[in-house]
Amino acid sequence: MNDMTPTREQREAALEGMGCKRKRVEDVRFTQGKGQYVDDLKLPGMVFGDFVRSPYPHAKITRIDASEALKLPGVIAVLTAEDLKGVNLAWMPTLAGDVQMVLADGKVLYQNQEVAFVVAEDRYIADDAIQLVEVDYEELPVLTDPFKSMDSDAPVLRPDLEGKMEGAHGPRKHHNHIFNWEVGDKDETAKAFAEADVTINEMISYHRTHPSPLETCQCVASMDKVKGELTVWGTFQAPHVIRTVASLLSTIPEHKIHVIAPDIGGGFGNKVGAYPGYICSIVASIVTGVPVKWVEDRMENLSTTSFARDYHMTTEIAAKSDGTVTGLKVHVLADHGGFDACADPSKWPAGFFNIVTGSYDFPTAHLEVDGVYTNKAPGGVAYRCSFRVTEAAYCIERGMDILAQKLEMDPADLRIKNFIKPEQFPYQSALGWEYDSGDYHTAMQKAMDTIGYRELRVEQKAKQEAFKRGETREIMGIGVSFFTEIVGAGPSKNCDILGVAMFDSAEIRVHPTGSVISRMGTKSQGQGHETTWAQIIATEIGIPAADIMVEEGNTDTAPYGLGTYGSRSTPVAGAAIALAARKIRNKAQMIAAHMLEVSEYDLEWDVDGFQVKGNPEARKSMKEIAWAAYHAPPPNMEPGLEAVSYYDPPNMTYPFGAYFCVMDIDVDTGVATTRRFYALDDCGTRINPMIIEGQVHGGLTEAFAIAMGQEIRYDETGNVLGASFMDFFIPTAVETPHWETDHTVTPSPHHPIGAKGVGESPNVGGVPAFSNAVNDAFQFLGNTHIQMPHDAWRNWQAAKNLGAHS
Amino acid sequence: MIPGEFTYHRPSSVAEAVAILVSHGDEARPLSGGHSLIPMMKLRMAAPEHLVDLGGIADLKGISEDGGTITIRAMTTQHELIESDLLSEKLPIVRETSLLIADPQIRYLGTLGGNVANGDPGNDMPALMQCLNASYVLTGPDGNREVAARDFYEAAYFTALAPEEILTAVKIPTPPAGHGWAYEKLKRKVGDYATAAAAVMLSMSGGTVTSCSVALTNVADTPLYAADAGDILNGSTLDEATVARAVAAAEAITDPASDGRGPAEYRTKMAGIMMQRALARAAERASA
Ligand SMILES: Cc1cc2nc3c(=O)[nH]c(=O)nc-3n(C[C@H](O)[C@H](O)[C@H](O)COP(=O)(O)OP(=O)(O)OC[C@H]3O[C@@H](n4cnc5c(N)ncnc54)[C@H](O)[C@@H]3O)c2cc1C
Repeated sequence: MNDMTPTREQREAALEGMGCKRKRVEDVRFTQGKGQYVDDLKLPGMVFGDFVRSPYPHAKITRIDASEALKLPGVIAVLTAEDLKGVNLAWMPTLAGDVQMVLADGKVLYQNQEVAFVVAEDRYIADDAIQLVEVDYEELPVLTDPFKSMDSDAPVLRPDLEGKMEGAHGPRKHHNHIFNWEVGDKDETAKAFAEADVTINEMISYHRTHPSPLETCQCVASMDKVKGELTVWGTFQAPHVIRTVASLLSTIPEHKIHVIAPDIGGGFGNKVGAYPGYICSIVASIVTGVPVKWVEDRMENLSTTSFARDYHMTTEIAAKSDGTVTGLKVHVLADHGGFDACADPSKWPAGFFNIVTGSYDFPTAHLEVDGVYTNKAPGGVAYRCSFRVTEAAYCIERGMDILAQKLEMDPADLRIKNFIKPEQFPYQSALGWEYDSGDYHTAMQKAMDTIGYRELRVEQKAKQEAFKRGETREIMGIGVSFFTEIVGAGPSKNCDILGVAMFDSAEIRVHPTGSVISRMGTKSQGQGHETTWAQIIATEIGIPAADIMVEEGNTDTAPYGLGTYGSRSTPVAGAAIALAARKIRNKAQMIAAHMLEVSEYDLEWDVDGFQVKGNPEARKSMKEIAWAAYHAPPPNMEPGLEAVSYYDPPNMTYPFGAYFCVMDIDVDTGVATTRRFYALDDCGTRINPMIIEGQVHGGLTEAFAIAMGQEIRYDETGNVLGASFMDFFIPTAVETPHWETDHTVTPSPHHPIGAKGVGESPNVGGVPAFSNAVNDAFQFLGNTHIQMPHDAWRNWQAAKNLGAHS
Repeated sequence: MIPGEFTYHRPSSVAEAVAILVSHGDEARPLSGGHSLIPMMKLRMAAPEHLVDLGGIADLKGISEDGGTITIRAMTTQHELIESDLLSEKLPIVRETSLLIADPQIRYLGTLGGNVANGDPGNDMPALMQCLNASYVLTGPDGNREVAARDFYEAAYFTALAPEEILTAVKIPTPPAGHGWAYEKLKRKVGDYATAAAAVMLSMSGGTVTSCSVALTNVADTPLYAADAGDILNGSTLDEATVARAVAAAEAITDPASDGRGPAEYRTKMAGIMMQRALARAAERASA
C-alpha cells in the first residue's frame, strides 16, 4: 500500500453510510424553491376543478341547478352525483369497509361536504361559477355529540344503511353505530378489578384535530382517450394503492393507469386516503378529454379531508396497593363523522389501539371500541402516528398518572415498577401483540438523571408552598411520558389494505461505472428517504451514498409498495432495501471471486469491496466489480448487477422513549410556558442521527400544538370552527419550546438492520408529556384530569374551577 | 380563497382618489396595505367592484411634529412606526404596540390608516388612539374634517367614515415628557389578534397619578375607551383597592364575543389583567 491509499476509516467515511449525519440531499432543491409539487405542474389545455360545498351540516338536497353557472364564459362542466351515477362513481368504498359519497347524493352529512364539481378554464372562473350554482337544502336535525349518537331518538344519518345491521366489522347496534371491536379477556379483567386494592376510572378524551400539512391535497388527472390511458399526479402517500383503487373503481386496466406522486409538502396521514377531489378530477378529465387540476384551499383541507383522533376513552386500571398493575379496561367511543373513512389496515377498525397496555406488564386487559356516525367530516387518519397509537399512548400515560395520584406514588416510580423487564422480551401483551425488544429501565433512568427529575420535584414542592402562601401566581408541572409505539405495518398475516398485503419493496440497479439507481414502494413527504435509503445501500454494498439515486412515487417505475405512513418505511421498505442490497453483494462476491481467481468462500467483505482472506492486497472494489458485471461476468452467470426485494415483515417493531416536560403556568391568564422538554428516543439502529433529530423536533412541535391548542371544533349546530390558520394552532418558532433530544439503542432483533422507525414517536410520546405536565401542575390544587387541548383559557378555567382565583 | 372580479385604480393624489370614490359610491373601497381587506375579499366577505390603491399618493406618507401635535400620515406602515426616532422618543407606546401587531411581513405592508379605518375590533391601533386622544383627519369631496378616535367607532366595521372619504392622517397630542406608558396584549401566538389588550398612559407626581387614560382592544364590537377607569385612577397613589376598583370599572364596559380565544367571561377577566399589568409597567416607567 502506498501513502495515497485511503485508510479503512477514510473509505468508510467516504460512503456516508448508516450512522452518518449526512445532510439531506433533497433539501438542496427544497430550500431553493426548486421542488416540483403537484401545483407546479402545468399541462397544455389544463382546466381547473373546484367544489360547491354545503353550508349545512345535515340537510336534504331537493334541487341543484347549474344553469346559471354554465352560462358563465369559461365554465366547461358542472358535475353532480347524478352525473357520477352514470359511471358508477357517486359513491366510493372507504379503506375502512364503509362507502362514502363522492358528491352529495340526496343529502349532506357535514358542513362543507362536496355537493358539485365545477370545471372551468381557470381557478377564478371556477370560483365565480361556484357562487352561481343554486342548491336547495332542507335542513335536518343535527347530531354532533357522539355520546348522543346512539340515543333512541337520534336522527338517522345514513339512510343508505337502513336495515343493514351487519357492518364491515360485525353487527351494528343502532342506526348510527358503525362497529364494535373487542379484544382481550373480559372475565379475567373483571376478576382483576374485583380483587384490586385500588382502581381508577376516568373518561379521557383525545379531541378532534387535523394533520394540516403545509401543502394541501391536490391532483392533476389526464385521460388520453386515444391510448385509453389515465395519468394522475397527486399528493399521494401511497401511490400504488391509489392506482389499484383507481383501476378497480374506473375499470381502466391497472397497466393503463399511471400514478405519479411528485414532491410532497408534508402528509402526516392526510394524504393516505382517496378523496372526492381525486375522483371528480379523474371523471372530469374522462368527460372533457383535457387535464383537470384540483387544489384544495386551507379551509377545505382543515374541514373536509381527514381529521384525526376524536376518541373518547373511558379508562380503568386495577392495581395492588404497592402500585403493581393487575388489569386494564378501556372503552372507546370513536367519533367517525358522516362516513367511516379511517385509514387503517382493513381488518383493524380501531387501528392498533390495542397497544394501549403501553410499556407496562398488565397480566390481563380488556378493550372495546364502538364507532359511531355524527354530522362531522369523515377521516380518522393516523396523524403522524401508527394507527390510533397516539390515542392509546395518551390513554395509558394519562391513566398511569391518575393511578399514581390515587396511590400517592411518584408517577415515574409507578411506571418503573410496572415496566416490562428487559428479560421479558419478546413480550406477549395481554391484548395480543409481541413486543420485539426493549430496555425501558435503562432509558428511563438516563432520562431522569439527565433532566434532574428528583430535584425538579423538590423545586415543585417549594413552589407549591409559595403559591399557597400567596407569594406567586405561577404553578409548575412536570410531565412524564414513557411510550411504546407499534410501527411497521405490517406482516401479511394480520395487515392488508383492501386485500393487498402490507409488504414493501426495493429495486436496486448498479450501473457499469458503479453508480446506482434505486426505487422503492414508499413515498417520502419530507422524511428524507432520498438521503437515508442511499445510506443503507451505501453501507450494504460499499458504494458512496452520493453515487446512489433514490426515486419514489412513480408507479410505472417503482416496485409495488404500500407507501409511507405509520412509521412503516424503515421497518418494511428499509428491510427490503437491505435485503435487495445483500442480493447484489452476494452476486458481487461471485464476480470478485472470478476476477481474483479464488473461491468465493476465500473472500471477505471489507467496507467497499471484497478481499482475499489473509491477503487484503488482493481485493476488488465494488466499482471494479460493477464494471466486470457488465463487461466480463463469470461464465454461466447472467450479466448485470441488480436486485429486487419484496419484504413481508415477520413482526411489527416497537420503538419507545422517555419524555419529560417541565412547565410553568400563570394561573391568572392560563398562559403555559414550557421551560424544558427532554425527549429520549430508542428507535433501534440509527441510520442518520441528524434526520432522526429533525424528525423528533418536527413531531414534538406537532405534539406541542395538539396538546396545547390545536383543535377542530364543532358547535352544537354543526358549524365547523377553527378551520383556518387564524384559529387552528400551528406554532411558529416563537411559541415552540426548545427541544433536548437523547437516545438509547435497542435494535430490533427481527429487522435486517435492527432499525425500528422514529418519525412518529415524538407525536405519540409528546402529547401525553405535555398533558401530564399541565395536569400535574394543577394536581396539588385537587385536580384529577383536565381534558385537552390545554390552551390558555382552559387552563384559566381549570384554575378557576379549582378555586385558584379569589 | 379567490376574490371576485374588481377594477383596480391607482390615483396619484388624494383629490383624484376621492373623485373615484365619489363616482362609485358603495362599490369602491380604498386599499392601503391590503392585509385586512384582501383576506376578506378572498373569503368573499368583501366584494368591492373598485379598489382604489392609495399606494401611489406621496402626500400620504410621513411622520412629523408641530406645535404639540404629532401627525402620522395614513400610509405610514406599521414597520415605519417601529423605525421612527421621533415616535421612539416622544411616543414610545406606538412602537410597543406596533411590535405586537401580526408579524414583520405584515407590518411591512399594513398601514396605520388602514388599521384605524378598518373598524375591526381586533385591530390594536384604534384603542391605542383612543387612549392617546388622537383624532383622524377625514378627507372627502367637501374637504377635511376631524373626528376624535373616541367618537369614530360605532360597531364592528361601522365607523364615522363616509364611503367617499379617505382617512388621510392621524393627529396625536404630544404627551408630556416623563409620562408612563404600556400596551399589554394577550394573544395565542405570533400573528394573532388580541384575546384582550389594554393601553395605559399616565403621568405621576410625588407618587400620585396626575393624569391617566386607559383603553381596551378586542373585548367589544368596538375599541373601548375606559373613561371611568381613568378617572378612578387619577389622583390616586395606585393603591391596591383603587386599582381593583378601576379594573372592575373597565371590566364592566366590556362585552366580548366567545370564540376560539375563549369564552366571554375569560376575555373580560383578561382585559382586567392586561390593564392591571399595563398600569404597573406604566407606573414603573413614569418619572415620579
Ligand atoms: C395574519 C394577520 C394578522 C394580523 N394581526 C393583527 C394584529 O394583531 N393587530 C392588528 O391591529 N392588526 C393585525 N392584522 C391586520 C393588519 O395590521 C392590517 O394591515 C391592518 O389592520 C389594515 O391595514 P392595511 O393598511 O393593510 O389596510 P387595508 O387592508 O388595505 O384596508 C383595511 C380597511 O380599511 C379601509 N382603508 C384602508 N386605508 C384607508 C384610508 N386611508 N382611508 C379610508 N379607509 C381606508 C379599506 O377600504 C379596508 O376596508 C393582521 C393581519 C393579518 C393578515
